[in-house]
Amino acid sequence: MDAKDILGIPKSSFPGSLEKKPRPPRESQRKPDGISRELYALTGGLAPLMPSSIDASHLKPKHQAGNEKITWQWLPFTSSARTDNLQLYHWVRVVNGVLPSGDYSFAKYNKSVDVVKYTDEEYEKYLSDPVWSKEETNNLFDLCERFDLRFVIIADRFPSSRTIEELKTRYYAVSKALLRARSLSPSDVSTHPLYKETYNASQEVERKRALAAVLSQTRQQERRDAEILSEAKRITESRNIIKDVEEPEPSEVVVRSPGKASIPTADCVSPSSSDIGAPTHSSERAAIPQSIRMLRACLRTYVHEQMVQAANSSAGVRTIKRVDQTLEDFAVRVKPKVPTRAVCLENLELRKEILILLDLQKQLQYKEQEASANLDGSYIDSPSTPKDRTFLPDYLGFGGERVNKRDHKRKAPGRFSDAPPSPPLSRRPKKLKASD
Amino acid sequence: MPQTSSGRKQHSGGGGDHSDATTAQKSLQQRSRIIRLPDESDKKSQSKRLKDVEISVPIVYGTIAFWLGKKASEYNSHKWTVYVRGATNEDLGAVVKRVVFQLHPSFNNPTRVAESAPFELSESGWGEFEIVISLHFHSDVCDKQVDLYHHLKLYPEDDTGHQSIKKPVVIESYDEIVFFDPSEACFARLQNHPAVNFAKLPNGLSISPAVFIENVSEKRGDTKDHPLSQWFLNFSEADELLKLAAARQQVQSHIIRVRRQLSLMDGPPQ
Repeated sequence: MDAKDILGIPKSSFPGSLEKKPRPPRESQRKPDGISRELYALTGGLAPLMPSSIDASHLKPKHQAGNEKITWQWLPFTSSARTDNLQLYHWVRVVNGVLPSGDYSFAKYNKSVDVVKYTDEEYEKYLSDPVWSKEETNNLFDLCERFDLRFVIIADRFPSSRTIEELKTRYYAVSKALLRARSLSPSDVSTHPLYKETYNASQEVERKRALAAVLSQTRQQERRDAEILSEAKRITESRNIIKDVEEPEPSEVVVRSPGKASIPTADCVSPSSSDIGAPTHSSERAAIPQSIRMLRACLRTYVHEQMVQAANSSAGVRTIKRVDQTLEDFAVRVKPKVPTRAVCLENLELRKEILILLDLQKQLQYKEQEASANLDGSYIDSPSTPKDRTFLPDYLGFGGERVNKRDHKRKAPGRFSDAPPSPPLSRRPKKLKASD
Repeated sequence: MPQTSSGRKQHSGGGGDHSDATTAQKSLQQRSRIIRLPDESDKKSQSKRLKDVEISVPIVYGTIAFWLGKKASEYNSHKWTVYVRGATNEDLGAVVKRVVFQLHPSFNNPTRVAESAPFELSESGWGEFEIVISLHFHSDVCDKQVDLYHHLKLYPEDDTGHQSIKKPVVIESYDEIVFFDPSEACFARLQNHPAVNFAKLPNGLSISPAVFIENVSEKRGDTKDHPLSQWFLNFSEADELLKLAAARQQVQSHIIRVRRQLSLMDGPPQ
């Protein structure tokens, strides 16, 4: 209503506004002491969201107008951070006419680094270096002092071309040598931070290189890395499961033939090992896990489903689909029609072998991509790896019709085959330049 | 075929002629009183379990549905039988104590119980639905039940719309009930039963050569001369194993080939 008063509008200009007029909220709760009426009104009389035990004693005591006389004055001041005695002015709060004394309150933030100084004599004695001349070293230490060891700037201003790492190495080497030369005993040197945390140039170079590599990754590469990491996690988890399953039944482990590492994970992919050549009879391998045995009674199909799931646990959804697809290609039902014990075991072994095969094919594909990348860094299709090459040469034996169908369905077995490999590092747009 | 119980007679009336549900149930209850199984007598040895022994009971379950022809009433166009039988038509009564068929709620008393072998139920109706078949076992075998799910099929799959009174629609599934670590009592009782297979016999335990002794008077649970047996499907483990073996051989040769390719790529250093 205040606005209407100001504008001179009669209060009852809008019909119905009177009955619609909100009743001023009754102060059902007493306003706590120590809060101004205006502030309390902002809360709308609602209970505060945060528990507030507002007590007058907690609040800053109001300055009693009668005791203190506060004025603001435009006064000159000096700062110890300045060396040029420049006279500047600022507004100062003056209480009872007492002018503030002492240093400028922000002068304490003017920190400077204690860069060591050396004499000519000391340089000759301890600091001579075949790579660094004395002029260069002097220059470096001048810049270090001037720019407070901000080595990025120092490297930028440094007259001769030295890398940041070279400059840092020289600076820390000189500082350490001086520290040791000036100390009385080696024991009080050893606790000095310069000795405790030594500067390692090669490590630093490697760190920056890795950082640059991470920051200049393309989104595609990031996705790829995430996929690999999640796959690795799955593999470890499945291994743990397998371990858990096998541990309570040591007798099963003994029966297992040593040549059969049929967990279709990274360890069975070493191309040199050819244990598949002589397929061992491994029906004993498929021990029914304790969790199922605990059921006491169940259906064979259920046991089989669980075993298949366990065997698939290391593979991705796409790989599992491909296993089922491959089974169908072999005219084998995904779910056995006559699920006897022997049939289920064979079905499981077949699935494991298909997983191994798919994994090997993926490896082969990686290798071929790698080889082509090595041969031709700028990614032009080299004659050795034609783009449309199928990575399933083995399936040629199935009859041409099916091969065509397969090629249409999924172009290549790996996940990266559809997209061309990312361009070499030099061409990639860098998101960020990693620096010090 | 000699019949010793009144219950069986009602089921062997020839063709698809089955008793209606209430009388069938009555006769089943009657039969259950005649059969006496040793599950009450040796409760003491039940607690002892045979580690790593696996008993499996091959079963076939499904439905056979006959069309009753054009003259049949709209709501009773088909007569069908749902059953659980031994895969080789052996008597399952030694293992299975009771089978509960859960029918569609629109049936009268939709929960039907078959108290003894052969475990079957005949009904008539017009609609297809999923039947839940719960197998309850004798207490020395297992105190847990196992559920099977079967979709009753009345109308033939081939979409010709042609139904025949002579040829029923048969849908059967093979499965095996697997019991882990059975009690000694159960093992002793079932070890020579023709409907039961054993795997992973522990050392020192062997199946005694004695033939499973069956009381002749009790032998009615098998489905070897079942009136519907001509429609039973065959489930050949050998066919399945042959297919699997062929597939494995192919996969293995593929693996060898890819391995060779990989090692060739590894061979000459880049």
